Amino acid sequence: MSGTMKAAPGIHLVGEGKSSFQQNLVSMGTILRKEVTRFLRIWMQTLLPSVITMTLYFVIFGTIVGSRISDMGGFSYISFIAPGIIMMAIITNSFSNVASSFFGMKFQRSIEEILVSPTPVWAIILGFVLGGVARGLLIAVLVSIVALFFTHIVVAHVFYVVVFAVLTALVFSLAGLVNAIFARKFDDVSIIPTFVLTPLTYLGGVFYSVSLLPEPWYSISLFNPILYMVNGFRYGFIGVTDVNIFVGLGFLIICCVGLWGWCYYLLRKGTCLRQ
Amino acid sequence: MNALEIIDLQKVYPTGVKALNGVSLQVKEGDFFGLLGPNGAGKTTIIGITTGLVTLSSGVVKVFGHDISNDFEAARRLIGVVPQEFNFSIFEKVFDIVVDQAGYYGIPRSVARVRAEKYLKELGLWEKRDVASRTLSGGMKRRLMIARALVHEPRLLILDEPTAGVDVELRRGMWEFISKLNKSGVTIILTTHYLEEAEQLCKNLAIINKGLVIEHGTKKELLSKLESQTYVLDLDKSFRGVLEGYTVRVLESGMLLEVSLNSEQQLTSLLVAIRKEGYEVKSIRPASNRLEELFMQFVEVKK
Repeated sequence: MSGTMKAAPGIHLVGEGKSSFQQNLVSMGTILRKEVTRFLRIWMQTLLPSVITMTLYFVIFGTIVGSRISDMGGFSYISFIAPGIIMMAIITNSFSNVASSFFGMKFQRSIEEILVSPTPVWAIILGFVLGGVARGLLIAVLVSIVALFFTHIVVAHVFYVVVFAVLTALVFSLAGLVNAIFARKFDDVSIIPTFVLTPLTYLGGVFYSVSLLPEPWYSISLFNPILYMVNGFRYGFIGVTDVNIFVGLGFLIICCVGLWGWCYYLLRKGTCLRQ
Repeated sequence: MNALEIIDLQKVYPTGVKALNGVSLQVKEGDFFGLLGPNGAGKTTIIGITTGLVTLSSGVVKVFGHDISNDFEAARRLIGVVPQEFNFSIFEKVFDIVVDQAGYYGIPRSVARVRAEKYLKELGLWEKRDVASRTLSGGMKRRLMIARALVHEPRLLILDEPTAGVDVELRRGMWEFISKLNKSGVTIILTTHYLEEAEQLCKNLAIINKGLVIEHGTKKELLSKLESQTYVLDLDKSFRGVLEGYTVRVLESGMLLEVSLNSEQQLTSLLVAIRKEGYEVKSIRPASNRLEELFMQFVEVKK
C-alpha cells in the first residue's frame, strides 16, 4: 500500500460556515436521499411487485368479480375499491421500506455510520420516515395510474386525499421504524406485515362497506384503525365513508405523535442499537 | 488541551459483565496514543463509549472539552473512528459510502464530493470509486474505512486494531500514512495487538487489563520500568567462555547467545565482557519486542 498511498492530508478544523441546525438538515437530507436512491435502484423489488399485485386486484376484484357486484355507496364496485387498494399499497410500502432498510443497516452494522456521527435523533427519524413516505406516495401515484386503465377516478376532496395519504404513510413509516429497531433477525421484520397489517387491511373495508356487516362484526370492525384510514381516503375520492373521517384524522394524528415519541425514546436510549 | 479526557469510567453490560472498573486517562492534543491490553481488557468498550456506540454506566468522557453525554454533537464532530470490523454497506459504491458519511456530519454534498475524491486518492482507492464495496480486498476495505473516518476532517482519529490481519507491506504503508496525519496535527489513538506497532508509532501509552488502567505514561517512562531485556548475539565462533553476573543461554549452534540484562546492566558492558572472553559479536538484536516484554510483565504482575 505504501506505493499507492500519498502524503497524509493536512487536517483542518471542522466547520462549513453552517449553523448546527443547518448541518443537521444536511444529515437528515443525506439519510432521505440515500433511502430514495435505494428504493429507486432496486425498483424491481420495491416498486414493481406492488404495482403487479394491485393490478391483479383490479383485474380480479374489479373487472371479473366486480362486474357481478351491485353498486356500493352509489358507485360501481371498482370505483369503490380503488381508493382502498391504493391505500393498501401505501400502508405496506411505507412500512416495509423503513423496516427493511433500517434493519438491513442494523444487520450489516452500517447503521454505526450514523450512530457515531453528530446526527441528532430527530434527523435520523425524519430521514428514514420521509424515505418511507416518499415510497408510499410514489406507489400511490403508480397504482392510481394503473387504476385509470380500469375505472374513471374522481376526486371529490383533494385535501382529504392528500392528508390521509400523507398521514397514513407517516404512521406506517414510523411503525416500520419501531419494528426495525426491535428486530433481531429478518423474520422479525416480516411478522408484523404478514400477521398484523395484511389481516387488518383486508378487514378494514378495502373490498367492502362495513355497513354491510352484521353485528357483532360491524362493531368489532370499528376497532380496526385501518378502517378509518381507508374510509378517510375513500371519502377524499368519492365523497362516501362508513365512519366519521374526523375520528380517523384524530386517530392518525395521535398515532403520528405517539409513534414519533416512541421512536425518539428508543433511539435516544439506544435500544437494540447501542450496547 | 486534552483531546480526550476520561474520568472514572465504568461500564456494566446488561449481561452483568463489568467491562470497565473506573478507567481514567488523558490524551493530549497532537498525541499519538497507544491503548494496549489483552483481549477483553476493555479497549473496544472505551472506544465504543467515546464514539457513541456503547452507553456508559458512570463516569465522564470529554473530547476537546465537550462532554459526550451533554454535548454529544460537538464532541462527535471532532472524532473520526476506524472500527475493528467492517461496518459499511456491502451494496454501496465506494464513493457513495464516503460522500454519505460526510453528509451525516452536515457537510454539503458539493464539498463532500471534493473531499471524498481527495481522500480516496490519498488512500489509493480512486480507481475503485464506482465499484460496490463488497468487491474490495481486505486491505482496500480497511483503507476505505480510513477515508470514511477522515472525510469530515476530525481532530481526533481513533483506530481500533487498524492493521489486524493485513499484510506487512500494507501495514507499513498504514503506519506511514497515520504518522503523517499525526504530524499534520491530528491526535491519534491506536489500539493494537502488534506491540511492535505501538512501540514504533506511539508517544504515550496506557495498558489496560480487566477494565482498569494498570500503566499510563510516556513510552520512555514505561520502557524504563522494564525489569529485564533479552538480546540475541551472533558470535564469530562457538561460545565456551563464562560471563559472570549475566543470565546466559547458549543456543543450539553454539554461535548464538541469548543474554538477559537486568535494569542495572548496560549493553556496552556486556559487549566488553564478551570481547574479553575472546569473541567478536557479528550482530545483535532484541530477543523480543520490548513493549511486549513490558506488557507481559505488567499483565502477569497484576494477575
